[in-house]
Amino acid sequence: MSTQYAPPQVSGRDHTTDADVTIVCPRKGWVALNLQDLWHYRELLYFLVWRNIKVRYKQTLLGASWALIQPLATMVVFSVFFGKLAKVPSDGVPYPLFAYCGLLPWQLFSYAMTESSNSVVSNQQLITKVYFPRLVVPVSAVISGLVDFAISFSLLLVMMPFYGVMPTARILVLPLFILFAIATALAIGLWLSALNVEYRDVRYTIPFLTQFWLLITPVAYPSSLVPAKWRPLMGLNPIAGVVEGFRWALLGNRNGSGALMMVSVVIVIALLFGGIAYFRRMESTFADLV
Amino acid sequence: MSECAISVNNLGKLYRIGEGQHYTNLREKLTGLLYSPFRALRRKATPSAEPPADTWLWALRNLSFEIKRGELVGIIGRNGAGKSTLLKVLSRITEPTEGYAKMHGRVGSLLEVGTGFHPELTGRENIYLNGAILGMRKAEIARKFDEIVAFAETERFLDTAVKYYSSGMYMRLAFAVAAHMDTEILVIDEVLAVGDAAFQKKCLGKMGEVRGSGRTVLFVSHNMNAIEQLCNRVILLEHGNMKRDSHDIRSVLTDYLFGTEKEASSVWVNDGARFRNAYFFPTRFAVVDGEGSALRMPLRNDAEMYVEMEGEVEQADPALTVGYAIYAEDGNLLYWSYQTDQPESQWPALTRGTHRLRSRIPAHLLNEGNYRIECIGSLHFREWLFSPGLNSPHINLTIQGGLSDSPYWIAKRPGLLAPLLAWEVVEPRPVEFAKPAQMDSERRAHEQ
Repeated sequence: MSTQYAPPQVSGRDHTTDADVTIVCPRKGWVALNLQDLWHYRELLYFLVWRNIKVRYKQTLLGASWALIQPLATMVVFSVFFGKLAKVPSDGVPYPLFAYCGLLPWQLFSYAMTESSNSVVSNQQLITKVYFPRLVVPVSAVISGLVDFAISFSLLLVMMPFYGVMPTARILVLPLFILFAIATALAIGLWLSALNVEYRDVRYTIPFLTQFWLLITPVAYPSSLVPAKWRPLMGLNPIAGVVEGFRWALLGNRNGSGALMMVSVVIVIALLFGGIAYFRRMESTFADLV
Repeated sequence: MSECAISVNNLGKLYRIGEGQHYTNLREKLTGLLYSPFRALRRKATPSAEPPADTWLWALRNLSFEIKRGELVGIIGRNGAGKSTLLKVLSRITEPTEGYAKMHGRVGSLLEVGTGFHPELTGRENIYLNGAILGMRKAEIARKFDEIVAFAETERFLDTAVKYYSSGMYMRLAFAVAAHMDTEILVIDEVLAVGDAAFQKKCLGKMGEVRGSGRTVLFVSHNMNAIEQLCNRVILLEHGNMKRDSHDIRSVLTDYLFGTEKEASSVWVNDGARFRNAYFFPTRFAVVDGEGSALRMPLRNDAEMYVEMEGEVEQADPALTVGYAIYAEDGNLLYWSYQTDQPESQWPALTRGTHRLRSRIPAHLLNEGNYRIECIGSLHFREWLFSPGLNSPHINLTIQGGLSDSPYWIAKRPGLLAPLLAWEVVEPRPVEFAKPAQMDSERRAHEQ
């Protein structure tokens, strides 16, 4: 039998030679992120995102208007209970606008995180039958969250002139914060989706986690409620940085805390790289365990 | 370009079976993490020492082979022999535990038809989605789109959500997409058994096209006829190891079908005084070959097989009828047969003493599948000695393969029976030279 090859060290397609060679072998230790492989499967990523979007509101009565109803209803409840009754300050912006502007990134994050955390398990049919870089699954789940976001964001653009707040040049920085929200959701989603494969406890943890997380995030209240010296600590919750950033970019909120932001960025980068490494490490067992 | 398409080297895959594998308690893992933070993170699929046999199972072990470009290799074996695991490892769905495999060329794997089909999406949308999942480029799918639709025969329903499709239509569409993958290496699990007979034939035809196209195919099937028809080499796996690897397909198939272990259930032996009666006391009931030795299952449909029964007659009775009833797996009765079915002059005489009777099961009659054969006996119109039902002596019969030598009949057909019947042309009348020689000479004798 064939012994002319030395045992290879890494699984995968060999893109360095002209011949199209695929090697299958056990992995040892941590593996690098194979960007070439991901690039090769970019069309699959596109199709999975497209599928998620297409299917999301199939056979619903209200269709995509759900993307408006959810933040709008939450905003109304917040405005009545926090804004009117509890008199929570809103940094000089009308409270409904303040709340809606915070809800946007929050809903983007919570939807994207939930979907990506469940993505590997809900796509087990694919994972046990076809090869593709597994990262495609949580990434596609996160990206498809952007459609709902775009819909609810358009409502914000209507609300702002209504409340007499005009966007400034700062809005140009907004895409960065959107990316930041997505990165945060993906960072958490990678950890949880890989864990979910082995421990279905994760599925039950997520609803609880989102609820809890909303309370510690300055969505219904401004971060300025927290004493200035403790504010950077709030940045340990990266989505707090995102929400603050949104208000800064859209509503010209002057109370934004740069230190809080920096802490959030560092946390997300650490979580994201850790998440990728963990996911890559666990993915070889997905097909056997899921 | 090397001649070798796939080389597999000492490949092994270890699975953990038994308790506590799946969805272990998160709590346990967390406490484990507290005590030994690093060990808990290490992978569980690679135990350091030789694992205890009861919790770990080598689904594949020490597997080495090489497949040349253009070979069509069938992989056979019983359930759990490691066929599917091998395909999963080769298609990179799961990793081997040891050894490695090298594949030269694009690999397409088809372990299931319709992977990733979404019920809410239309046929058109699913073609694109499924194509992308199987690794096809969007442009490639667009180019082959019409061909796929034509093959699936679902033009009219292209813009209907597939959840409204009949299961046959669904399968046809799914197979059509898969059939249009054109990778250099194709890894296929048992997927031909979809759709109606006509579509199955079409699929096999499509598979047959692969022959001579220079593509390399690995093909797992339980359908021995298909293997015989399509493959030019066959690998027999047993308990994760290679048992046979040969170009002599017929010999491997025979080896596999007849196996080595004796199927106890094809012989019934009376272990006491059950069914004791004076008229016919059954002692043995079996499916045997021409020499009277018990046959191992499964049997080919064209094998020589007899139902044999042995019994003691203490008191001869002219009304004694003994025979058997044969049921298909779903409980359908196929027929009864008695030793008294023929004209009275031809009945075997059952006088006082021990008798061994046998009756041939016609070749090319039963379909592929499992059958239950019951011994039945009665005093005609008076009483049952052992009646059809659950209590009479019974044995099992499994038929697999040997249905026909026709290239168009290689898979199990629908229906209880699979008789091989002759066909001839009567109109227009056959031309002279096509007539069988014997008839010809008869006619000549007539004319003279």
